[in-house]
Amino acid sequence: MNQYETVFILTPVLSDEQMKEAVERYREFLTTRGAEILYEENWGMRKLAYNIEKKSSGFYIVMGFKAEPTVIEPLEVDYRRNERVIRYLTVKMDKNAAAYAEKREKLRNKKED
Amino acid sequence: MAVEQKSEIRYLTPPTVDVKKKKYCRFKKSGIKYIDFKDPEYLKKFLNEQGKILPRRITGTSLKYQRRVAQAVKRARHLALLPFVTDLMK
Repeated sequence: MNQYETVFILTPVLSDEQMKEAVERYREFLTTRGAEILYEENWGMRKLAYNIEKKSSGFYIVMGFKAEPTVIEPLEVDYRRNERVIRYLTVKMDKNAAAYAEKREKLRNKKED
Repeated sequence: MAVEQKSEIRYLTPPTVDVKKKKYCRFKKSGIKYIDFKDPEYLKKFLNEQGKILPRRITGTSLKYQRRVAQAVKRARHLALLPFVTDLMK
């Protein structure tokens, strides 16, 4: 069970509930394959540093999860096939990255409550 | 002829060679272990105006962390958090 972090950008043209549906879809995608979602960040609409597919803003979603390595390949295939996702990046996290993410998560929870 | 002219140049003020400031690796000093590619503001400290990665001789970071900075910047660029090339970054 390695720890991974995936970030993907959705096209801004989507309506609100389509966004939620896309996020929900990938959360299910992971959980059905036995992944354990550690944290989820939703940056919302952000300006892109350069245009992607003629669009200048995108909807950023970050997900940290623990999963078997075999889960990653189908996940990326699904990203490629899904035309709503205009960019994605999946990264394996080493222990430093995991420690950093945990600290950040604690900080975020403390800030919320 | 040209040689003499060059030597005649008198500097009004002696050319100041900047004092040799001891450079240190800010990651080793402050104990940062992981450079997050999702935080463009922090990464901008390692980019010049055109958005290019600053060399180690300017920032003074050690090789190990310079590679991590470079990788984080390239990932941020892939995710359009940082531009590949720009004219006015700061």
